[in-house]
Amino acid sequence: MVAKKLTGGQIVCEALLNEGVDVIFGLPGGAILPFYGELSKYPKLRHVLVRHEQGAAHAADGYARSTGKVGVACATSGPGATNLITGLATAMMDSAPIVAITGQVGRAAIGTDAFQETDITGATLPVTKHNYLVMRAQDIGPTIHEAFHIARTGRPGPVLIDIPKDVFQEVAEYDFARDRIINLPGYNVRTTAIESQVEKAIELINEAERPAILAGHGVLISQAFDELRELAEKAEIPVVTTLLGISSFPEDHPLFVGFPGMHGLAYASLTLDESDLIVAIGSRFDDRIVGDPRRFAPNAKKIQIDIDPAEINKTLVADAPVIGDVKAVLRQINPKVKSTKHTAWVQRVEHLKAEHPSLKIRETDELLGQHVVRALSDVTKGDAIICTGVGQHQMWAAQHYKFTHANSWFSSGGLGTMGYEVPSALGAQIGNPDRLVWSICGDGGFQMTLMELATAVENKLPVKYAILNNNHLGMITQWQGLFYDGDYQAETYSGNPDFVKLAEAYGIKGIRVTRQDQLEAAIREANEHPGPVIVDFVIEKVDNVYPMIPAGQSVNELIEDPL
Amino acid sequence: MSNSTNGASGFMQRTIIALVQDRPGVLARISGLFRRRGFNIASLAVGRSERPGLSRMTFVVEGPAHVVQHVAAQLDRLVEVVEVQDITEKNIVWRELALIKVEASPHTRSEILELAGIFRVNVVDIGANSLTMEITGGRSKINSLIELLRKFGVKEVIRTGRVATLRGALSEGQEDGAFDGLQDEVSHYYTPTAGDSGSV
Repeated sequence: MVAKKLTGGQIVCEALLNEGVDVIFGLPGGAILPFYGELSKYPKLRHVLVRHEQGAAHAADGYARSTGKVGVACATSGPGATNLITGLATAMMDSAPIVAITGQVGRAAIGTDAFQETDITGATLPVTKHNYLVMRAQDIGPTIHEAFHIARTGRPGPVLIDIPKDVFQEVAEYDFARDRIINLPGYNVRTTAIESQVEKAIELINEAERPAILAGHGVLISQAFDELRELAEKAEIPVVTTLLGISSFPEDHPLFVGFPGMHGLAYASLTLDESDLIVAIGSRFDDRIVGDPRRFAPNAKKIQIDIDPAEINKTLVADAPVIGDVKAVLRQINPKVKSTKHTAWVQRVEHLKAEHPSLKIRETDELLGQHVVRALSDVTKGDAIICTGVGQHQMWAAQHYKFTHANSWFSSGGLGTMGYEVPSALGAQIGNPDRLVWSICGDGGFQMTLMELATAVENKLPVKYAILNNNHLGMITQWQGLFYDGDYQAETYSGNPDFVKLAEAYGIKGIRVTRQDQLEAAIREANEHPGPVIVDFVIEKVDNVYPMIPAGQSVNELIEDPL
Repeated sequence: MSNSTNGASGFMQRTIIALVQDRPGVLARISGLFRRRGFNIASLAVGRSERPGLSRMTFVVEGPAHVVQHVAAQLDRLVEVVEVQDITEKNIVWRELALIKVEASPHTRSEILELAGIFRVNVVDIGANSLTMEITGGRSKINSLIELLRKFGVKEVIRTGRVATLRGALSEGQEDGAFDGLQDEVSHYYTPTAGDSGSV
């Protein structure tokens, strides 16, 4: 193909199309207007106008996690770009591939404190996998192709490209065949692991008497669902999923255990604790799982399969680190794993489940958050996409929704971002137009990003919002009650709006549920409604999430639900 | 011979060498990973390497060994970092260059020049009231000279910071940087495996 003479803005569009982009989440401003000026020439690039740039980043993140493709967000210079930062940090912590394109002030004005100028490449250094300031239009094409390569390969993550206004306007040549050539001597992505690491892991698996798999987010990212299941079934290994590993393994499978850790199920934490081998697959042994590293699963050897060498031996020492892509590594391991039974061990895990009924809901006439999630799970048969933010609603969703469909759980696990649930669900819905998407929200997080309801309306996105509304920052209330002598401060939301009227104000359906016997009908009504819905579930004002292992502790300090 | 001394923070100084792409912002990315942990960079030397487009950096940082080695692993993860090594426990050769400007009156000049001779340093500038000498060597040699010059009045000290490389292998089959006949002290914390590409 001959090189084409194009404006910088046109090069951005052509390069995005060549990367397979079909949707961009963004909000314009002065510095990025030359790019928006070209968009009408590229009708295949759908632009979704958000109401706040944080929403653009989270929507791109939800789109990326739910499709495995790179999500694209764009924003203008200064405040537009800084508004992206929470979304970029969220994506960085949870390894979501995003490319963010920001406008910058003109080249001559850079560094002069010009109107709407921020050093956004400086500001985003610690929250991006990589970033660029592009100072010549001829560099736009190669930069975009390199950025997509970095965002989606290895351990995925967000990449930001900052382009000055006059670079969008400058004319240069773009040649996809030439500009797609990547030259990054310091960036080598390993797929298969080296043989000696694989052999060591196989040896440990074949020797173990009480093995447990700890399936993490890496299984979802690598789409290694079949390989995980093959390993679990072949060697009869119970599967514990991390918080972000939820939906990596069918929850109706007999070997499924649940998620462990701070608010995980007691029997999942105890399964790890009693095991003699943990096969961590795409998990970084997060502090919410490990607690006190010296007392975490003390009798278990640890295999750690991870594509990122910097995660090996970070919180605990792995007996057998295996560096590579989860799917490729499991394909190396599975054929050599002995087909075996661990009958006594599996029975022990079943016994732990029976002894520690972490999912039992206490008897009450009140409507509890657990009731809502349980009903959502039952009515949707565990088949919906679920997005959550952070807090009690997130933990109840993780505990009580029984996922049967792979890659269906998108939650802000690492950064713990309130408000992630509202825009990420829009991105997930755009990426999966035929699936039912429920965003489970707290009333706190919902109010951080509810302006994106307008985006749902405008783009006819039939996301269902379940607000677990207790007029409290529930997890804050819980911690102040447990760890700050009941000194409750800044935890009550007495000024909440009427969420049903709010729905009506946006022209969308609103339903209020206050009793357990209304749950099923309301959820069915929401599911059947063709557009977006807000269901205001008015739940008990103060309720704690159990089980709980206090921060930095071990299973010995586990607090079961004092029913 | 130890190449590690305790720095101002009380932690042992560790020497890290990195080969990086010569692009704007690389230094900020690298220093950011140390800043994030509150580490002081005791010295830093950067220059073009033997490979076009790549620069070599030598850092001396102060921090607990296992944390510095984890930072080294995170450095390796940076897109523009081609390779990185914590060489503190390796057999290395290192040098530092300093320019020392010292007060020198007609009375003291000869004594200072005598000292310069003993230390085999070059005098690179002489003014009416001062002279400047150039010294190359290890940290303790430079420190000793500065101490001895203090009584004359040290006006300025300009140090480049350490540059370091692994000593060449002493026999066939041995790796550069290995101690002859000694078991290399290998960290249990971060042990990159042979063939590990390092960066993702």
